[in-house]
Amino acid sequence: MPRRHWIHAWLLLLPAFVFLIAFTHYPAVQTLIDSFWSTPKGRRPSVFVGAENYTRMMADPVFAKAMWNSALYAALTIPTSIVLSLAMALFVHTRFAGVSLMRMAFFTPTVLPLIAVANIWLFFYAPGFGLIDQVRMFLGFGSANYVGQPATALYAVAAVTVWKEAGFFMIFCLAALQTIPQSLREAAAIEGCPRLTFFRRVTLPLIMPTTLFVSVNATINAFRLVDHVFVMTRGGPDNASMLLLYYVFENGFRYWDTAYAAALTMVLVAILTLVGIGQFFAADRRVHYR
Amino acid sequence: MITETPLDKILMRTAGWMLAALWIVPLAYALWSAFHPAAFEARFDLTAPLTLENFVTAWGKAPFARYFLNTILLVTMVLTVQLVLCTLAAFAFARLEFPGKSLLFGLVLVQLLIMPDILLVENYRTMFRLGLVDTILAIGLPYFASGFAIFLLRQTFRTIPRELDEAARVEGCSLLGLLWRVYVPLGKPAMLAFGLVSVSHHWNNFLWPLVITNSVETRPLTVGLSIFATTDSGIEWAVINAATLMTSAPLLLGFLLFQRQFVQSFMRAGIK
Repeated sequence: MPRRHWIHAWLLLLPAFVFLIAFTHYPAVQTLIDSFWSTPKGRRPSVFVGAENYTRMMADPVFAKAMWNSALYAALTIPTSIVLSLAMALFVHTRFAGVSLMRMAFFTPTVLPLIAVANIWLFFYAPGFGLIDQVRMFLGFGSANYVGQPATALYAVAAVTVWKEAGFFMIFCLAALQTIPQSLREAAAIEGCPRLTFFRRVTLPLIMPTTLFVSVNATINAFRLVDHVFVMTRGGPDNASMLLLYYVFENGFRYWDTAYAAALTMVLVAILTLVGIGQFFAADRRVHYR
Repeated sequence: MITETPLDKILMRTAGWMLAALWIVPLAYALWSAFHPAAFEARFDLTAPLTLENFVTAWGKAPFARYFLNTILLVTMVLTVQLVLCTLAAFAFARLEFPGKSLLFGLVLVQLLIMPDILLVENYRTMFRLGLVDTILAIGLPYFASGFAIFLLRQTFRTIPRELDEAARVEGCSLLGLLWRVYVPLGKPAMLAFGLVSVSHHWNNFLWPLVITNSVETRPLTVGLSIFATTDSGIEWAVINAATLMTSAPLLLGFLLFQRQFVQSFMRAGIK
């Protein structure tokens, strides 16, 4: 392999790698280092504190709450959006009058900014004004403040996520459904296979890789997207909707406790890395790619 | 052929339309209140007069024109740089052999999991050292090298037949000439797909711009909208809804006009 080729290749890669290293790899490594140091305050410089930020985290009830909420939020949003997206894909898979209108209804929330989505839903939930409350009052129930009550805040936020995500994942399910060969349907029909059995034994296994892809994306989003929390609840009330990344933001930019924020970020990085490793192995074993 | 029985058909259509109606209700409700006077924001009356008043009020109460300009500058800058940097890198990964190739490609893939979005504190510090806090450039910088774009374009470039390279080489084409004359034209559909994904992503991005900007001159629409909607100045819901729809309108209109391309781009971009 001629040496000139290497140099060309490296030159082509250089500009991209400058930015990649400066804003992804360097900050990731630096965050790890910072998580073992204290936050510099005034004239007091940062000192090495070992695992102190992590031991503090273990004793921090808000962190425990944020972890629990993030887990619950992931457990609520991921399966719901996957099941709904699959249902949507099945609904719009066949041709009929109005199919594109139906597809549009499902997909539109996806193109809206999450901040806009949060505003739309805040209005939808608004006590007294919102449609939900109007229906409640029409039916004779009292007014309810879904985002303002600790018992319901996280569910209210999760519902918004599902609304925005399901249509996006529908696209991938739809693409997967279209790759299922017609001959399989014909064969199944000759065998007199019922539709439900066909779905369970043929369709589902064949779209497994897509389901995996969608679940990985949903998992990453569950930890990475907190825009709506800023508008809807700010983590409240009483930390009821505090998610991990929102807690990182609060520590880093509201209390300026950057060392603790670094330790919290490392937890987030660890979770995402686990997701990545999990995806790698799942793709290897259970899911058959072509 | 497995055919739908009439009963299946009725069940599927009914369930489908019910879900679709449920899905469109929140947006329809916001639309209703934005286009009617505040008195009707929660009162349904088909005779309620339509009005654009709420949009005018919203436009006048916050510097939305400037926010629009900032967002447009931002998405244009990010997309242009991304396309140039990532095309170069993707070409190297797709067609050249060099030591460290798989290690470097692994480093690119890391970004698909650990995005700059979650490394807020450290990236803020870097921008502070560079003296770039509160600039539009700083909002875009962390996204210039997109691991996703490199991956997508590499996959596309690998499908281009090698015979084309050789033919171009025989004609005396340089490496960059080959990239420009053969790979870029053939990679255009993938670039368009990535372009739509990138523009909608950065139009909608919120957390990093919120952290790095603090003035009207740099704030993108999303941050401007969130400030407008959360100030406790007793702004009516109808006006907030109008502002919300206004900021999403360009993407929404683009989507309605180019539905097919949008859907196909998202699909292309997602399937690896």
